[in-house]
Amino acid sequence: MAEKPRIKLPKEAKKGEVIEIKTLIAHVMETGLRKDQEGKIIPRKIINKFTAAFNGKPVFSVDIEPAVAANPYMQFTAKVEESGTFRFTWTDDDGTVTTAEQDIAVT
Amino acid sequence: MTAKSRRDVLALGAGSAALALIGEIEPAAATPQEAAETIAKFTGGKTAEKGRISIDLPEIAENGNTVPLTISVESPMTADDHVTDIIVVAEGNPRAGLATFHLTPLSGRAEAATRIRLAATQNIVVVAKTSKGQFYTQQKPVKVTIGGCGG
Repeated sequence: MAEKPRIKLPKEAKKGEVIEIKTLIAHVMETGLRKDQEGKIIPRKIINKFTAAFNGKPVFSVDIEPAVAANPYMQFTAKVEESGTFRFTWTDDDGTVTTAEQDIAVT
Repeated sequence: MTAKSRRDVLALGAGSAALALIGEIEPAAATPQEAAETIAKFTGGKTAEKGRISIDLPEIAENGNTVPLTISVESPMTADDHVTDIIVVAEGNPRAGLATFHLTPLSGRAEAATRIRLAATQNIVVVAKTSKGQFYTQQKPVKVTIGGCGG
């Protein structure tokens, strides 16, 4: 995947605060239901799993079906009790895993 | 007159050609029954209680290719009482399953938003499972002007 995933989360937060996280990855999300001009089915190719973890602990994940729109967008929240690193993964049908990380300072 | 005019025959031909085309590109839609089966698998046959969930969807989605969806569930989200899973099911898409969200106490709030594809006007059904084994459900109708699945 050429483009880096986009992540929006605050750089700092207060201990115990619930923060909002927004992520987006560029991906065609081909459903496997469409046909090309010759009538052949275009093979399915989607991001089928998204995960978010904080300091190694799972926060949020999604099992994704073809009915999620192209360039899958996920918005969710996280409660932060300490400084650390968020790690995000996107798994493609072809097995490719794209990862991204972002730090947050908690005071 | 029993014989059809040339115009009638042409119109009929065009109509069936259009029908044939639709039949080719539109995969069979999921039925409310398929949606119910997907939910039954999720709940293990338990009945989900109506409420505690709010679904934010546009009343009319002009473009079914990308429809914003926000779900929130009332929950304390503590270690011993939190929402663990939320399933989203479409009654009128080619496949019933849309997405399944998995949450933890670290999620802080039982909230999620994404963008979905909707093939036609239909009901969206959401079921949430809590760490105590309770199930809650809510549904919302959405009108779709231009479908967003298939060709």
